[in-house]
Amino acid sequence: MKYLVPIVVLLGLIALFAVGLTRDPREVPSPLVGKPAPAFALPGLGGTPAQLTPADWRGRTVLVNYFASWCAGCRVEHPLLMQLAREQGVEIVGLAYKDTDADTQAWLDRHGNPYRSVIADTAGSAGLDWGVYGVPETFVVGPDGTILYKQIGPMTPEAWETKIRPLLAGTGKS
Amino acid sequence: MTPELGHFALILALIAALAQTLVPAWGLWKGNARAQAVASSAAQVQFLLIAVSFAALTWAFIQKDFSVAYVADNSHSKLPLVYRISAVWGAHEGSLLLWGLMLSGWTLAVSLFNRRLPAELSATAIAVLGAVSTGFLLFMLITSNPFERIYPVPLEGRDLNPLLQDPGLIIHPPMLYMGYVGFSVAFAYAIAALITGKLDAAWVRWTRPWTTAAWAFLTMGITLGSWWAYNELGWGGWWFWDPVENASFMPWLAGTALIHSLAVTEKRGLLKSWTVLLAILAFALSLLGTFLVRSGVLVSVHAFASDPARGVFILGFLAVVIGSALSLYAWRAPKLATDGELRLYSREGLLLLNNVFLVTACFGVLLGTLYPLVVDALALGKISVGPPYFNAIFFPLIAPLFVLVAVGAVTPWKKGEWRSALRRLRGPALLALAVALVLPGLALWLAPVSASFGSKLTVTVATWLALFTLGSAGLEVWQRLRAKRQHGVGTAVALASVPAGAWGMTLSHLGLGLWMLGVAYVTGYGVERDVRLSPGASAELAGYEFAFEGVRESQGPNFTADAAHVTVTRAGRPVADLAPEKRFYPSQRSVMTESGVDARLHRDLYVALGEPLDPQNPNGDWSLRLYYKPAIRLVWLGGVLMFFGGLIALSDRRYRLGARAAAPLPAASLVA
Repeated sequence: MKYLVPIVVLLGLIALFAVGLTRDPREVPSPLVGKPAPAFALPGLGGTPAQLTPADWRGRTVLVNYFASWCAGCRVEHPLLMQLAREQGVEIVGLAYKDTDADTQAWLDRHGNPYRSVIADTAGSAGLDWGVYGVPETFVVGPDGTILYKQIGPMTPEAWETKIRPLLAGTGKS
Repeated sequence: MTPELGHFALILALIAALAQTLVPAWGLWKGNARAQAVASSAAQVQFLLIAVSFAALTWAFIQKDFSVAYVADNSHSKLPLVYRISAVWGAHEGSLLLWGLMLSGWTLAVSLFNRRLPAELSATAIAVLGAVSTGFLLFMLITSNPFERIYPVPLEGRDLNPLLQDPGLIIHPPMLYMGYVGFSVAFAYAIAALITGKLDAAWVRWTRPWTTAAWAFLTMGITLGSWWAYNELGWGGWWFWDPVENASFMPWLAGTALIHSLAVTEKRGLLKSWTVLLAILAFALSLLGTFLVRSGVLVSVHAFASDPARGVFILGFLAVVIGSALSLYAWRAPKLATDGELRLYSREGLLLLNNVFLVTACFGVLLGTLYPLVVDALALGKISVGPPYFNAIFFPLIAPLFVLVAVGAVTPWKKGEWRSALRRLRGPALLALAVALVLPGLALWLAPVSASFGSKLTVTVATWLALFTLGSAGLEVWQRLRAKRQHGVGTAVALASVPAGAWGMTLSHLGLGLWMLGVAYVTGYGVERDVRLSPGASAELAGYEFAFEGVRESQGPNFTADAAHVTVTRAGRPVADLAPEKRFYPSQRSVMTESGVDARLHRDLYVALGEPLDPQNPNGDWSLRLYYKPAIRLVWLGGVLMFFGGLIALSDRRYRLGARAAAPLPAASLVA
């Protein structure tokens, strides 16, 4: 009987992997959740203001949204971000990831600007430190500068209701 | 034309692999010796064909043939030649081709050195290797053809991932694959033993050197990978418990257990079915590693290609190869059972204990690696298991191994004697204790860092374990020498009489001790500091003064760099000049950190360049990360010693004598 144990273990593992393969590997937890947001010092869109850092929104809970004009998923989530900014007063910081200022500006002019401030991460260096796999990605950063949550891929109404809104409510903001 | 030639050679190699599997299998079934003999020739042909295919791909890289999709994706006209060659195995398709080349290379070696092996055993083993190779070649040809053309031909390649443009990455994957794939030989012998029902001392003497060779290469591969991560990732760490690192570490743990259980099976004829199971396990974990890396079920910094279709294929392959091996095991292994007696307090008993710890540690790592997958499969969300879990489970499980090395060295086979073992270990244990009480304090006095009481205690205990291992690792050789000397043999002759196997074991155990010493100090007393410095300013860390001299731009072959200059002094005396860089690769629009390191045996000074605080003004303030890493070189030196220990053990005469036993002894050897 004991000689059958290895094959039984293997069958269990294979069943597990088979299920694992049907899952989306892009949905990964960020090791940064619960850690302080990595620092950066980057110019605003078009060079004004000359320098923005995460310290600028210390004391408030904000959404930090990495986006790009070349990104299809960003178009998908854009109406929702507009609605959140306009109707719910959510403060959203946009990082234009690996994009030119002119393209970003044209994109915002065309689709609307949900961002309180837009930061130009032209070389993607902040994205590298924040562990961005691809755009769009949205981080919830607490008043003490801690990353509370990370949404990979487009923001969905479901993720907003179940994951992000409670975080904002918990810090006295809706 | 060359890429098509390579592709065609790959298809022919598949046919050769099929012949290598099916013809000998038929011969074994029918008892036809000539059909069995086909195994060796088919293996040799297969190796040649894969070598041609590999050469064709390498040529496409050297010639910058961007009409080949794989070359266009992983090369660039400005990429230096050495990286164009190593780019061959820089991504998925080429890695698989290298895997295939290694596998057929190992099979070739088996077919060449197999002359003295019973014909049936040899044919079975080569047929098993052929079956594995068939699976890999099918995988390559169906899902991952490295020779696929693209049209229109791009004018410029997309460049090799800058992370992989590092000397460590030139030899790290080949070494690692040599190890991974090398376990296939032990696996093939294990299957052959199950099929033929013959597992005797000769079988073990045949399996041991192949296993040791694979283990040595895997050790070196992992060591190089750790060194690369340290230099290239800019985080100053040497091990991250990343799924891909674990994927290489699990076969290493199983392989280490296998090496030790093979020793028991050879010397005492015990643990036969356990040894066979470990041989299957080591290779199964190698395949599992390939699955985890290539399928994308677990995302990590290393997984540069993920494609569900590939995942399904590898999973199916894993199920077939390991499933049939374990079914065969369930059916045949009971016949291998031995009724010899095993006392717990004997060398074989201690080795069994060693196996228990190693295999438990291996399963602990497996559990941590797969746990996120389990949670995900049960739809409980996504989680990641981090270093705290692995450190908590791994270190307590391997700490006893260090004591086992010492006790094992003074314990004879069959039956040990507590009192004599204690008497002989008292010296090394007390000496290690004396040094362990002084060394951690001395280290802090020389390089003041703030350490908690807990980490001081841990460092002291770990120092003791490491020194105890170092001190007693040499006991085996020393006892052999003393026994010879008592019989009036001169020192030189006595030294020469120590078998290479004993030297190799000693060296590997010394490597283990050094590794532990390095791990203790770098984790216990290593410190880091994030600073922002303006040119001319300086910061202090562990008694060293790091002065930031500024940044200037420089131009590499396929990148531009901000190169900083940091001078380090200690009590006013110059210690080192460091040149950390931030490199920008325009072809991939990515930024890489090239850390500046000053390495000494007892410490590394490590500086990683961060960002300019004002990007418009590179002459202004910069953020820098400073590290003081005591004894980190010992971590890799330990790995290197284990590698050479393995190579020396390989050269042991008894493996060759065993092979030559059937031939008449030459006159010269009768003198001994």
